Amino acid sequence: MAFTLFRGIQTRPLLPYSSAFTARKHVIFCSMQSTQTETSMKTKQQAPSNFTETARAKAVEKVLKDYEAIIGIETHVQLSTTTKAFCSCAYNYGSQPNSCVCPVCMGLPGALPVLNSKVIEYAVMLGLALNCKLSLSSKFDRKQYFYPDLPKGYQISQFDIPIASNGFIDVDLPLEFGGGHRRFGITRVHMEEDAGKLLHTGSGSFSQVDLNRAGVPLLEIVSEPDMRTGIEAAEYAAELQRVVRYLGVSNGNMQEGSLRCDVNVSIRPIGQLEFGTKVEIKNLNSFSAMSRAIDFEIARQAELYNQGQADEVVQETRLWEEGAQKTVTMRKKEGLADYRYFPEPDLPEVVLTEEYVNGIRESLPELPEMKRRRYEEMGLTMQDVLFLANDVNVAEFFDATIAKVADIKLAANWIMGDIAAYMKNEKLSINEIKLSPQELSELIASIKSGTISGKIGKEILLELMAKGGTVKGLIEEKDLVQIVDPVEIEKIVDKVIANNPKQLEQYRGGKTKLQGFFAGQVMKESKGKANPGLVNKILIEKLNAKS
Amino acid sequence: MLSSIQNPRIFLHHCHRHYTTTITATSQIQTIQKSILSREKTTRQFAEQFLNRLHQTEPQIKSFLHISQTVLHEADEIDRKIERNEHVGPLAGVLVAVKDNICTSDMPSTAGSKLLEDYRPAYDATAVKKMKEHGAIVVGKTNLDEFGMGSSTEGSAYQVTANPWNLECVPGGSSGGSAAAVAARQCVVSLGSDTGGSVRQPASFCGVVGLKPTYGRVSRYGLVAYASSLDVIGCFGSSVADAGILLQSICGHDKLDATSSKREVNDFTSQFVSKDYFESQPLKGLRVGVISETLGDGVDQEVVSSIRGAISHLEGLGCTVTEVSLPSFSLGLPAYYVLASSESSSNLSRYDGVRYGNQAVSDELSSLYGGSRANGFGPEVKRRILMGTYALSAGYYDAYYKRAQQVRTIVKKSFKEALDSHDILISPAAPSAAYKIGEKKNDPLAMYAGDIMTVNVNLAGLPALVLPCGFAKNGTASLPVGFQMIGAAFDEEKLLRVGHIFEQTLQGYSFIPPLIADEFKC
Ligand SMILES: [Zn+2]
Repeated sequence: MAFTLFRGIQTRPLLPYSSAFTARKHVIFCSMQSTQTETSMKTKQQAPSNFTETARAKAVEKVLKDYEAIIGIETHVQLSTTTKAFCSCAYNYGSQPNSCVCPVCMGLPGALPVLNSKVIEYAVMLGLALNCKLSLSSKFDRKQYFYPDLPKGYQISQFDIPIASNGFIDVDLPLEFGGGHRRFGITRVHMEEDAGKLLHTGSGSFSQVDLNRAGVPLLEIVSEPDMRTGIEAAEYAAELQRVVRYLGVSNGNMQEGSLRCDVNVSIRPIGQLEFGTKVEIKNLNSFSAMSRAIDFEIARQAELYNQGQADEVVQETRLWEEGAQKTVTMRKKEGLADYRYFPEPDLPEVVLTEEYVNGIRESLPELPEMKRRRYEEMGLTMQDVLFLANDVNVAEFFDATIAKVADIKLAANWIMGDIAAYMKNEKLSINEIKLSPQELSELIASIKSGTISGKIGKEILLELMAKGGTVKGLIEEKDLVQIVDPVEIEKIVDKVIANNPKQLEQYRGGKTKLQGFFAGQVMKESKGKANPGLVNKILIEKLNAKS
Repeated sequence: MLSSIQNPRIFLHHCHRHYTTTITATSQIQTIQKSILSREKTTRQFAEQFLNRLHQTEPQIKSFLHISQTVLHEADEIDRKIERNEHVGPLAGVLVAVKDNICTSDMPSTAGSKLLEDYRPAYDATAVKKMKEHGAIVVGKTNLDEFGMGSSTEGSAYQVTANPWNLECVPGGSSGGSAAAVAARQCVVSLGSDTGGSVRQPASFCGVVGLKPTYGRVSRYGLVAYASSLDVIGCFGSSVADAGILLQSICGHDKLDATSSKREVNDFTSQFVSKDYFESQPLKGLRVGVISETLGDGVDQEVVSSIRGAISHLEGLGCTVTEVSLPSFSLGLPAYYVLASSESSSNLSRYDGVRYGNQAVSDELSSLYGGSRANGFGPEVKRRILMGTYALSAGYYDAYYKRAQQVRTIVKKSFKEALDSHDILISPAAPSAAYKIGEKKNDPLAMYAGDIMTVNVNLAGLPALVLPCGFAKNGTASLPVGFQMIGAAFDEEKLLRVGHIFEQTLQGYSFIPPLIADEFKC
């Protein structure tokens, strides 16, 4: 090839959060963690002990009596389009370095960007889902700075006219944190391209550039500074993750960097109107890290305020260190960076027609907030609602299960109980188990009608999840239909009593506890199919009959 | 008011043998196509003829930064196809020179910069790809002002190109190599690029036809960007027909360039008929507007009289000529320099030495960038990067970049109005004929002022055709003068038609430089 992909370039030790996807962390964040991410990562680092967790919670609680925290979040969502934003390269996370590149995304001389129309479609979808006002006419701008992972020396972004702005997102806080509904403002959503990654060699003597990620489409979502606690911030991010997954515009995977949050935190004494100095926190690789980092930062700033050192809270970027469970200074801001934005001359304006927007609006799926409200109206508890609506695939499974008259509460219980436990053990997502919603529905109906017992239902469920098949097929194949005919049960009871004269004698001699033994034998004889209620009823009759 | 056609005095200056007839520009492309298809001559014979001339004249002119080694091989390939009665394209056997800021996968593409020394692109520019598909043979890469920034080709990091009419003069720029190569008949036609006049001014200086298409008419994919909103790839030929045929083969929508137009492309080659078929007043009724601001102070008197000569020739062809004023004309130059510099400061950011090009040895990131760029860029490029960076900086953006955009809107509007009432507009292509090498090299403002005739057309995105119409005296020698015809957006067809008729009927001039004139005498 005519160009050099790898150059030994020396760089100062740096920690751009984007390339710091080391394998550390990670703590599953309460129920918000979806099964998808839950299974895709391994817990490498222990969760902080309950003691420190509680201590921090108490410390923050105390601080928040005197101070109010102001939290805003900038989120970058990597779009799951088949090709990059401005060229026809496919991007797959984890590919060989510089294997997903072309003249355009490498910034070769003479190469030009051409917008992938899917990016606009996804931006409009998210804009609508976040209740934003759309700009029917927006444009791209160049954001200019030098860095080896930025091949053109500028990032194609949107500056003064974002595609969507002035929206909001609705969130239900988890019950373990007191519950409650919140609405957080969305300042803007804009389209831009991702940069590549620097790979630092072990010896640290040189760095390499991997441009696979360069040009991958991103949506940047900027929130209003509406969050007040770490939990609220983490829930905001978790809801954003749910929304992009419900829409199917991103896999929202934090570990792969498909969803990246930078948080701005400042505090002010309660009652004060003006904002305090804000600090930016990067390297937040999970929702729980986000919550903990914010709580740490609030406590740190409050401590400085309390000691009369408020001026030591400076505008800076701090990194969250998972190991030490604290934030540390990454770089101090030396005035505002001048990115010399100007309109991107290589791309025409982005013009949306009302018809186009309406078409997308009409095809939007049911979003998490709508789903939760619907589940709530169906009579499910908030705990059930939050669990089921958390993962779009689980929610869809649930919806499909109850589509045909299955008992809503039973369906929820099966999914949250045996099915969730199985998925957790086997590290599978709900789409990866062999059970279909139709069969779950059938199973619930079969138990309810008495065709099979609950116990056999659990056994069949395991088989359905592991190997697939149909409820009817398994019942037939294994001859599992419950025996509810009293005559048939009577026959078995008679047989068991006849076979165990000694125990009968003992029973009748007053050792009535032996009823359990007889019941067990009957169930064994019937291969577990006899209806337990009937068995006991008939057994008692027979055992006591000729005394 | 207008003076009559000038005498054909050029011959008195340059030729000891007096020519008795005018040599009318003929389409070399059509000649080659006809000859090779009728098997009157082989492609190889044409190729050898041009290569011989190239090797003879190149030591003096220095048009090329790189010369292909496979020209004869490619010519033989075409001859074999013809022997087998296989289809060959409309540019079959046509030797094309390509400005070195246009990417070619089989040759270096330096953009005239040390920073891209030995850089070989991974791909062909769309225009090059299309030409090749039509049978063209790329003969080499031509010299230019670094990254297209300059008006004399003295800004090349590699060599100074001479004007074939007078080796002490510049060929113009930035596409000076491509213009000189066509003027010296080192190739049949050539590609240049025009951001503020870089095709038209060297065409005027070298006495060849230069065509700047409408912005968006030709894909920019593979053109090393200088100022993206102004850049276009343009064509040089020794006749209007050749420039038109070349344009036909490279234009049209390209899905790799979002700014390329989806508009249908007419066949504008069919109108290049022989003058035998012309009516007596073939341009009767054509409304021609002479831009009055372009013939005033600061314009060389000999240039003015050449233009006036062209105007009376147009009148003789039946045109109705009136003067038209574009009050915003003088605002175009500063607006152009602000916008072009701003865009270039951004477009040239990618030359950081990280992925390609010369890299400074450094153990620290900022000095790697600084060193690579300080060593790689020449003074004019640095000057424009600095101007552009300044114009886009916070606090200055509104005063410079934004204001220049407002001027651009006004310029567009005034052209639109003038072209609503006129079919074409006319002006000189440059305020003077070619000047001496070194004369303006250290005076950037004088150099910039020379672009006054052309930059407005780029701001408005319009097509323009420059063709030679006379000569200006420069000491003892005479140098060609070109005039510029500006048309409505995407109306290249009209410009080419008028240009072709003008050229075929212009009496008394021959635009073949004395250097090679012996070969072309009757
Ligand atoms: Zn690519």
